[in-house]
Amino acid sequence: MKIANSKVSAVRLVEDALKKAHEFEDYNIFTFLNDEGALKKAREIDEKIARGEKVGKLAGVPYALKDNFLSPEGETTASAHILQGFTSPITATAVKKLEDEGAIMIGRTNLDAFAHGSSTENSYFGPTLNSHDKARVAGGSSGGSAVAVALDIVEFATGTDTGGSIRQPASFNGVYGFKPTYGCISRYGVVAMASSTDCVGFFTKTPDDMDLLMSIANGKDSKDLTTLDDYYNSQSDFSRLAPSRPSLRGSGAHSAPVVADGLEKSDLRIGIIKEFDNDSVDSEIRKALKEKCKLLESKGYEIVELDMPALKYALAAYYIIVPAEITSNLSRYDGVRYGFRSENSSDLNGLYANTRDEGFMPENKRRIMIGNFVLSSGFYDAYFLKAAKVRTLIVKEYENAFSKCDFILTPVSPNPAFKLGEKVDDPVAMYLEDLMSVSLNLAGVPGLAIPAGKNSDGLPIGLQIVGPRRSDKNLIEFANELKEGA
Amino acid sequence: MKYVPTIGIECHVQLCTKTKLFSEVDNDARGKEPNSCVSPVDYALPGMLPRLNGAAIRYAILAGRAMNCEINAFSRFDRKHYFYPDSPKGYQITQFYQPIIGPGFVELPSGTKIRINHAHLEGDAGKLTHFDSYSLVDLNRVDTPLIEIVSEPDIHSAHDAHDYCKELWRLMCYAGVTYGDLYNGNMRFDVNVSLAPEGSSELGTRAEVKNLNSFRSVERAVEYEISRQSKILDDGSKVIQETLGWNDATGKTTGQRSKEEAKDYRYMPEPDLPPINLSAEFIAEESAKLPMMPNDYREKFGGVIKDDILEILLDYPALMTTLQQLEQSLSGHASARPVVTGEPRSSSVVTSGRSQKALVLVANLFASVLLAEEKSAEYLNDLPTAAQLSDLAEMNEKKELSSTATKEVFLKMFDPGMRGKDARTIAKELGVVQENDLGALEAIVDAVLAKPETQKAQEDFRNGEEKVIGFLVGQVMKESHGKANPSAVQEILRKKLS
Repeated sequence: MKIANSKVSAVRLVEDALKKAHEFEDYNIFTFLNDEGALKKAREIDEKIARGEKVGKLAGVPYALKDNFLSPEGETTASAHILQGFTSPITATAVKKLEDEGAIMIGRTNLDAFAHGSSTENSYFGPTLNSHDKARVAGGSSGGSAVAVALDIVEFATGTDTGGSIRQPASFNGVYGFKPTYGCISRYGVVAMASSTDCVGFFTKTPDDMDLLMSIANGKDSKDLTTLDDYYNSQSDFSRLAPSRPSLRGSGAHSAPVVADGLEKSDLRIGIIKEFDNDSVDSEIRKALKEKCKLLESKGYEIVELDMPALKYALAAYYIIVPAEITSNLSRYDGVRYGFRSENSSDLNGLYANTRDEGFMPENKRRIMIGNFVLSSGFYDAYFLKAAKVRTLIVKEYENAFSKCDFILTPVSPNPAFKLGEKVDDPVAMYLEDLMSVSLNLAGVPGLAIPAGKNSDGLPIGLQIVGPRRSDKNLIEFANELKEGA
Repeated sequence: MKYVPTIGIECHVQLCTKTKLFSEVDNDARGKEPNSCVSPVDYALPGMLPRLNGAAIRYAILAGRAMNCEINAFSRFDRKHYFYPDSPKGYQITQFYQPIIGPGFVELPSGTKIRINHAHLEGDAGKLTHFDSYSLVDLNRVDTPLIEIVSEPDIHSAHDAHDYCKELWRLMCYAGVTYGDLYNGNMRFDVNVSLAPEGSSELGTRAEVKNLNSFRSVERAVEYEISRQSKILDDGSKVIQETLGWNDATGKTTGQRSKEEAKDYRYMPEPDLPPINLSAEFIAEESAKLPMMPNDYREKFGGVIKDDILEILLDYPALMTTLQQLEQSLSGHASARPVVTGEPRSSSVVTSGRSQKALVLVANLFASVLLAEEKSAEYLNDLPTAAQLSDLAEMNEKKELSSTATKEVFLKMFDPGMRGKDARTIAKELGVVQENDLGALEAIVDAVLAKPETQKAQEDFRNGEEKVIGFLVGQVMKESHGKANPSAVQEILRKKLS
C-alpha cells in the first residue's frame, strides 16, 4: 500500500485516485466523488509531513467508502431512493478509525439498495459494471467497492457482508475481500441490513494490506454492544512460526487459536466441503479449487474432506432470519425525519405507504414482505423460530468441522460473474448465488475471498478460506500461502 | 343478576435514571424544549444501535424487590413493531419473551395481597399533541426507561383497584425508581375489567381502559365499567372485547379500537442487544439497597403514630424519611447501608418513650401544620433536618415552647432566612421561649400580686372561686410578655394564694 511520505505526497496519491475515478466513470462505481474534501485532507497531511509531525499508518491513502457508511462527507444513500438527500451528522466508528490514521475517502461506492442483492443491479443509481467485462455484473452488494479496488482506483475499499456482499463481488473482480468474525468491527454508523449477520470488512489487493486495515479497524466499541474484545492484534503471528505451524484444532471454535511450537506442516489440516463438490458448481471453479489443494499439499498441508450436511439448509434459514431483521431495521424509513418523503399523501398512513412504496426498490419490498410474513404471530414458530434452530445447527456444524481441520477452502459462489440482467427477474436464481457464502454469516465465522486465477472467458475466479471465530489474523496470514506463484 | 368483577392492571412506571434506556442523553425532560433531549439513537438515524443503561437494570431490581418479586438472572429484549410517529424506530424495544422481573405480590393497606405476574423493562414512546389538521411530535420521552408491571386478575372492586394503584405508586416512590409525578404521566395505568355472574367459574369478556393517570380516575373508570357491563349483561347482550379511553370530564369510557382487529406486533428478538445476565451476587447486592418500604414504616411506627395520620404521611416519602432519621438520631442508630434514596431498612419497633413522644409531635406537625400550608409542596422539597426537629421536640417536652410556639418555630424553619438554624435560635429570634426559671417566675408573680387591680381576684380565689386563677395566670403571662410557662405560673400562684 502506498502511504504518503516526504517523497510521495498525499495530494499526488489522491489526485491520481480521483483522476482514475473520473476516467472509469462509465463503470458507475461511485455515488459521490469527494474531489474537494479529499484534496483538502491530503494537503493537511502533506503539511504535517512537511512540519515533521507524526502521521497515521494510512497517511494519505485514498480509499473508497461503500455508500452505507455514515459520514458527513457526501450524502449517505445506501443507493436507495428513500435516503436521497440524507447527510449524516455523525461518522461511523470504522470510518473514524481509518481516518484517524490518515486514510482519505475519495468517493462513496454503489451498492444494491440497502445491500439487498448479489449484483449491484438493485441500486437506485443503476448497476456497477464488472471490472473484467462490462457486460457482466460487479457482484454485490458491495459491487462498487470491489470494482474500485480491481481497477486500481484506490488502495482499498470498505464493504459490508451480510451473506456474501464482500466475498462474492471480490471473487467476481479478482481482489481480496474479507468478512471478519461477527462483532470484530463496530457496526455503529453503518446502515443496518440484518443486525445479527452484518459485518464490516474490506477489499484489498494483498493479504498484508488486509491485515493492516483489520489491525486498525477492529475492536470493542461502546456504541455497538455486539462488538467483541480487541482480540485481533493479540493473536499470534502465523508467519513468524513457519515452518512450524500453528494449529487451531482442539481450541474450540469460540476461543482464539492457540499457536503451538514444534508443529509440522503436516499438522495443519485444510478442510474441503463435500457438499459443495458437485455439478451445481462451475467446473472451472472446481478445477481452481483442486489446484489450490495440490499447491497446499505440495507445501506439506494435509487436505481433509468434510461432511457438513446442515449447510444445505443455510440458504433457507438465511432467507428467513435476514428478511425478518431487514423488515425490522427498515421500519425507521418512514419519510418523517430524514431522506425522501412522498409528496402525494394527504394523511399519515398515506405518507408512510407512499414514501415506502416510492422509496424502496422491488427487492427491498420483497424482503420486507417475506420478513413480515415470517414474523407474523401465526407463523413465527414455523418460520423464524425454526430458522433460528437451524442456525444453531450450523454454528455446531462449523464447530465440529474446526475440530477436524484448521481452515476450510471452498468456492465463494457457484459461478463467475454473470451477465447484466441475467438473473434480475429470477430472485431465487439470484439467492442461489449466496449458497456458499451465507452459512459463514449465520455461524459468525470469518471468511476471506482470495483471487484464484481466471476462467477461459478471462473472468476472475474466487475461492474463500474460512476459519473458526476469532481466527481472523491467522486466516489472513494463511492467504499468503495460497497466492499465485507462492 | 349479581356479578363479580375481575380486574387486572398494567402499570407503566417511568424510571428516573439520569440518562435514557438506550442512549446517553438527559432523561429528565421536565421544563425542557420539545425535541431537545434526543440523540441520534432516539430519533433512529440509520446505523444507530441501542446502548443499555445499567442504572435502569439496577432500578428494575429495586422495583421488583419492592413488589416481593423474583429477579430473573437471564432476560433479554425484543422488538415490538408498529408504525406511528411516536415511535421513530418503527418498533419499541421491550421484553416480550423473557422479562427481568418475575412473579411477586403487592400487599394493600387492608392486608389483601395482589399477585404480580411479571414486570419488564422497555423504552417509552414519544409524545404527540394533536391539532385540527396536524399533530406535533415531541421525542424527548422516547426511550425513557419504563417498567411495565402486570398484575394477576386478583382485584375485585373499584376500591381495591384504587388502593392497588396507590400502593404501587408508594412502592415505586419509596424504592426511589421514579419521580412519581402522576400529573406528568410518570405512572400510567391500563385497567382490564370483566364481569362474571356470581358463582361462575369462568371469567367474562374483558374491556381494557387505557392510559389512566390518577388513582381517582382508576376508581371511577372501574365503577363505570362495572355498571356499564352489568347493564349489557342484564340486557342479555355481550360485552365486546375492546380498548377504551376514559373521559374524566364526562366520567365515561369510550371505545377506541376493537381488539378483534388486534395489531400484530411481529415480535422479534432484539439482535443489537446481548441478553442481560445477572449474577446472584449482583442481584443480592442491588436488592440490599432497597430502602424502607411503606410496610416497614407501618410495622415500625404503627403503634406510635395514629393509623390515619400514618397513612396520610405515607403519601410523602420525604416525610417518612425524615421521621425515620429523627427516630434513628433519638435512638442513637446511624444509617448503615447505602441506599439509592430513602432510608436503609430496619423494622425495629420504637420503644423509648422520649422517641415516641417526639415522633408523635413531629408526625402531628407534618400532618396538621405542614400539609395544611399553601406552599407545602415546595416545603416538602426542603424539610428541616432530624437534628432541628429533635431539638424542637425537646424544647416542647421541656415546656420551653408552648404548643402554639412549637408550631410557630416549626413553620419558621421553612423560612429562607431561617433555613438550617437550630430550633432554639429560631425560638429566641421569635421571642417565644417560655420562662421556666422558678425564681424569675416568682418575681413576676409577686409583682402581679402586688398590683392593686389583682387584689379582688386574689380574695375571690381564696373564697373558693376557682376560675379566677385563669385571670391571674393571664396577668402574669402579660407581665412576662407571654414567655412564662403557664402551668408553672399556675403552680406558683396556687402555692402563694393557699
